[in-house]
Amino acid sequence: MRVLLVDDEQELVATLAERLEMRGIDAAWASDCATALELVHKERFDIALLDVKLPSMNGLELKRLIEADCPWMKFIFVTGHGSEEDFQACSAESGRDFYLIKPVQIEVLVQKLNEVFAGTGEQP
Amino acid sequence: MAQLFKPRFLDQQDQGSGMYKPLFNFRRLWQQSIAAMLAVALLPLLALAVVDYVINTRSLESEFHLQTARLVSNARRTLASYLDERKYILNFLVFDNSYDQLFEPRRLQVLLDHLKSGLGEWKDLGVIDHKGIQRNYAGPYPVKGMDYSQQEWYKNLGYTDQDNYLDVIAMRSNISDVFLGFRNTPHFVISVLHNNDRGEHYILRASLDLERLNSILSDLEVSGKGDAFLINHKGVIQTPSRRFGPVLSSFPLPVPEPSDRTEVIETRDHQGQPVIIGYAYITGSPFILMVVKQKSEMMAAWSAGSLKLLVFLVGSILAICAVVFGICTSLVNSIYQADQKRVATLHQVEYANKMASIGRLSAGVAHEINNPLAIINEKAGLIKDLFTFKKEYSGDHRLVGLIDSIIASVERCATITRQLLNFARNIQVSLQKVSLRQIVADVLEFQTREAGYRSITIEVDIPDEIPEFVSDRGKLQQVFINLVNNAFAAMKDGGRLEIRSRLGRDGRTVVTQVADNGCGIPAENIKKIFEPFFTTKSGSGGTGLGLSITYGLVKEIGGEIDIQSTVGTGTTFIITLPLDAQAKEGETDAGPTG
Repeated sequence: MRVLLVDDEQELVATLAERLEMRGIDAAWASDCATALELVHKERFDIALLDVKLPSMNGLELKRLIEADCPWMKFIFVTGHGSEEDFQACSAESGRDFYLIKPVQIEVLVQKLNEVFAGTGEQP
Repeated sequence: MAQLFKPRFLDQQDQGSGMYKPLFNFRRLWQQSIAAMLAVALLPLLALAVVDYVINTRSLESEFHLQTARLVSNARRTLASYLDERKYILNFLVFDNSYDQLFEPRRLQVLLDHLKSGLGEWKDLGVIDHKGIQRNYAGPYPVKGMDYSQQEWYKNLGYTDQDNYLDVIAMRSNISDVFLGFRNTPHFVISVLHNNDRGEHYILRASLDLERLNSILSDLEVSGKGDAFLINHKGVIQTPSRRFGPVLSSFPLPVPEPSDRTEVIETRDHQGQPVIIGYAYITGSPFILMVVKQKSEMMAAWSAGSLKLLVFLVGSILAICAVVFGICTSLVNSIYQADQKRVATLHQVEYANKMASIGRLSAGVAHEINNPLAIINEKAGLIKDLFTFKKEYSGDHRLVGLIDSIIASVERCATITRQLLNFARNIQVSLQKVSLRQIVADVLEFQTREAGYRSITIEVDIPDEIPEFVSDRGKLQQVFINLVNNAFAAMKDGGRLEIRSRLGRDGRTVVTQVADNGCGIPAENIKKIFEPFFTTKSGSGGTGLGLSITYGLVKEIGGEIDIQSTVGTGTTFIITLPLDAQAKEGETDAGPTG
């Protein structure tokens, strides 16, 4: 399982990637959309963990761009903002189930990643 | 009872300000509209009634005057001609008989008999010479030789010794007042004065009964309990009067002013009753014809009619008053209620806006805090991971403990931000599947601190049988926040708050009681407790809006709110919410996970 982490908080994604590595999950990270798209083109990822709010575009738009290239990929959204608009939009876009609020407990994240990877999420 | 019908706006007080100020002073509006409508409706009616009354009365009075005047003038003509005829008869006798014949007793008796055969009223005939001595007499009394020279009527004929009747045949006549005389029955006397060839005057004198005169007067058809009679110039009644006494008694009212014509005056009689008096001086006699009518009798028929009209008028006025009062009250009440609704809506809008602002603010704060918090979380996590996974760092349990405490603190902060976000999101959410237990727990979470400080016991009993149901989570939350705040305000330190839910009897509702053991609400306030601006927390910052907003919110989500309260024992709010709109399983997922 390869995971791509995208968040404008470089400190956060870098640390998170390191912690996931320690738990045996292969993680790469990007702190802006351009880097993220580059990475997606170069390497194969199974799951992308996207911040809803990114500098140049929002997570949903990024998701669509990535999805166009890599239709197999699954997405989990993370946000520090629990607004209803975000929630509604992400739910509709990602099948609603893959939506986490910061700060995320590493155990919860790992569990979620496993679920999504195994395709046993609460997807309808 | 009066309270029941008393319009609510009468108790209105201008509590609001700015846009919350009532649009009108409803009490004044009410009074003004009633006054204006009454004025418009009643003034013309009253004016019409008064004018009609005055015109009718006047025309009726002038009609009565005219009637009376006609009657009097006819009667006067009849009486005058009656008296004249009698005079002419005597004159005829004088012309028809020589001076000597008149002095013959037998001849005079024949003349009297002839007169009596026609009209019985003639009582006697006498002839008096120029010295006032009765020389001849035919009649029932022994008055032959009487000296009349000193009597009033004799003097009234106008004869004096100095008068010279040589050239003309004098023809003077006199009609006496009614008097009793020797016969002791009322009668009057007609005398005519003539001259003989020698220039000596003599008088033919006849006494007449009152009968004919009475019958002429009593034959008059006098309406209005009227009375027709004669008086003389001195005010002595000459023919019997029904109301003013018998013959020769004195007339109780002043003798009317002399006049050539028939006159009608209005005055009051000796008993103070208003009367219409028609009178006429009968020329050539001492008599004044009086016709006295009772004004009240004449007006009686009209008065009865106008009494009916008056009753109708009063009835109409009462009906108009009632209708005007009813219409104005209901109109002003409608405006009042609309205004109340406007104010309440404004408050709800403002409240909703305020909550939305708070929501946005807290969401923003939570978001901003969440990012650094996430970094702290990850860094601390990484350190912990290092201690867990790398052998060279392991073994320092004190450091691991410190990191655990950092992570625990981060988790605590995360809980707070999550609550804030929850709160913010729920303000905007409409219908979703809610768990009553969760909502109550969320609400109480904000209150636990205050409850702890004030040692208030909170007991929640929401059994598992209460299913999740679809409702507006934000509104429900606000309802409970308001009720719990309310209960906290009502309780002293060490109070007890109970929140209990159960299914309604029909199983389609959930009934939740929020009970405190606070100060309670007096019965007279319970009715007003859900009205905007009603507050008992005077001076302590109560806006009086909390419960009215709560009421509005419960109504909006299709529920009912009720209140039971006993002063000194506590207050229980009972909220009944419908389960009917329950969503199908899985249709809506509850909030965030993680």
